[in-house]
Amino acid sequence: MSTLHPFLQVENLARAYPSPTGGTPVTVFDHVNFRIHKGEFVCVTGHSGCGKSTILNILAGLDTASDGNVFMDGREVSGPSLDRGVIFQSHALMPWLTVLENVSFAVKSRWPGWHKNKIRDHAMRYIELVGLKGAEHKKPSQLSGGMKQRVGIARAFSIEPKMLLMDEPFGALDALTRGVIQDELLKICAETQQTVFMITHDVDEAILLSDKIMLMSNGPHARIAEIVNNTLPRPRERSAIHKQPHYYPIRNHLVDFLVSRSKQFGALRDAPDAPSSPTVFDPADLIDPAASTEPEILHTPPVGKPHIHLVNA
Amino acid sequence: MKMKLSLSQKAGLLSVGLFAVLLLVWQLATLPEASTAAANVDPEYAALMGGGTASTASSFPTPAAMAQTVWDKLSDPFYDNGPNDKGIGIQLAYSLARVLGGFLLAAVVAIPLGFAIGNSRVFYQAVNPYVQLLKPISPLAWMPLALYTIKDASASAIFVIFICSLWPMLINTAHGVANVKKDWLDVSRTLEVNPLRKAFRVILPAAAPTILTGMRISMGIAWLVIVAAEMLVGGTGIGYFVWNEWNNLSITNVLFAIFMIGVVGMALDSLFGVLGKRVAYQE
Ligand SMILES: Nc1ncnc2c1ncn2[C@@H]1O[C@H](COP(=O)(O)OP(=O)(O)OP(=O)(O)O)[C@@H](O)[C@H]1O
Ligand SMILES: [Mg+2]
Repeated sequence: MSTLHPFLQVENLARAYPSPTGGTPVTVFDHVNFRIHKGEFVCVTGHSGCGKSTILNILAGLDTASDGNVFMDGREVSGPSLDRGVIFQSHALMPWLTVLENVSFAVKSRWPGWHKNKIRDHAMRYIELVGLKGAEHKKPSQLSGGMKQRVGIARAFSIEPKMLLMDEPFGALDALTRGVIQDELLKICAETQQTVFMITHDVDEAILLSDKIMLMSNGPHARIAEIVNNTLPRPRERSAIHKQPHYYPIRNHLVDFLVSRSKQFGALRDAPDAPSSPTVFDPADLIDPAASTEPEILHTPPVGKPHIHLVNA
Repeated sequence: MKMKLSLSQKAGLLSVGLFAVLLLVWQLATLPEASTAAANVDPEYAALMGGGTASTASSFPTPAAMAQTVWDKLSDPFYDNGPNDKGIGIQLAYSLARVLGGFLLAAVVAIPLGFAIGNSRVFYQAVNPYVQLLKPISPLAWMPLALYTIKDASASAIFVIFICSLWPMLINTAHGVANVKKDWLDVSRTLEVNPLRKAFRVILPAAAPTILTGMRISMGIAWLVIVAAEMLVGGTGIGYFVWNEWNNLSITNVLFAIFMIGVVGMALDSLFGVLGKRVAYQE
């Protein structure tokens, strides 16, 4: 893990849309700065419309920023790339292809020179990984919502991207199915050391999966207001996670942000000394001050001015 | 015990019943005694029909005579006794060949052009006024122009089929391509799929149901238009056959030709129905 060169670096990102009334453009978010290190699982949460999907689309190269830069692996992101796999909220499977064909389509895009059988075997490996063996010849319309989302996951993982981008991948699923797929994702990410950027509205999902949770303030002019270090030890078990001492401090902090602080931040934003770097919350600070020297916190951005320091939960 | 009939059994019975009623009405209308009714016929029309009222009545066949004609004609569809006496199979083959020629030509032009229009807003807006202007023109209106420039009757008929098949295919292809779900295009962008592969593996299958609907409409129109076109250009084909038999005052043959036009049209339509089902997908 290199402190000087993070795997993904986002600098001063901003996105404005032309105003519907023809006036000055509406800035959805600006001064967005964050870094993601190799192998890190980062979740983003914030209120609807603050610009999370827009940020993800810019990272994917599907949308372009009005200002700022994104660097991945030292190179600037300027368009879509096989280096970044995307899992879409609406699964985005091609309904005229079977499960196997959907995944194979991605595999063939990644390795055009491969032989048919090799593509098939590779695709099957990932279909098995998400527990869909036996359903590979079904069309998406014959699958349940959870199964479709799994195919989307298999497709994104099958191209072995350097980074995975997920936009509320489980938003449309029922709680039970969501839990099962989250467990699978946790397992696959642990196996593959995948770097992940994931949008979620589900606080518990963020706590279960992530290493870092980024909190966005409300738009317009939304920002990454805080970054929470998720210090819960791995491997994590859904059933036992709430017994961890850091669990409730983190959860309360997140909920508190979403309920009240995300709005306050908007009022402070225009203050002349408003920071363009987010504050960092580390539950270890609360419980064991000695732990705050752990290396993870060293590479986080500078802490902002005291008056927007979070009120400790 | 009560008999339960399925929906299609009921429909089948009703169809047979309707056919029986039709035959009965037909039989009653063509009974020899009914010739008195023909006295009301416009005398000029009667004269045109070749004389007395009696011959008018007898020239419209009874169902039995009609069945005999259908049987005779269908048992030897491919005979050829010179330009004015060819089997129905040969005449239909001429018409089908013209329709197929014009239709395929139109597909070759309309589908790539529709792709281009559907992919580009600029191109769409540039071409749209022409399409809107040309689309409502009756294809037969092109006939004199075609005869003048091409100087070949059969090729002119093919050109008319080409023109009338063009618009539905063009419009549907453009529409289908323009409405491919953004998600699928985004997927192919993130997978860095090259443009040609994207066109054939993503856009074409996504738009195929819409394109096929356009082809089905085109084929339907082409089959309507070929009869009229062949009446104009003459020589061969089912349209010419109808006109020729009218000149021969053979109402039986005209009726037979009408029936065959319907049968072939239905077959063409269901062929495209089957093709449409094959490319359909359920989201
Ligand atoms: N094409 C567009 N034109 C104008 N404004 C847009 C456009 N697309 C998005 N926006 C605006 O940008 C803002 C951010 O949208 P975005 O989809 O990124 O939100 P989000 O944080 O992902 O919300 P959600 O949680 O509901 O998915 C919204 O307020 C939206 O109105
Ligand atoms: Mg969104």
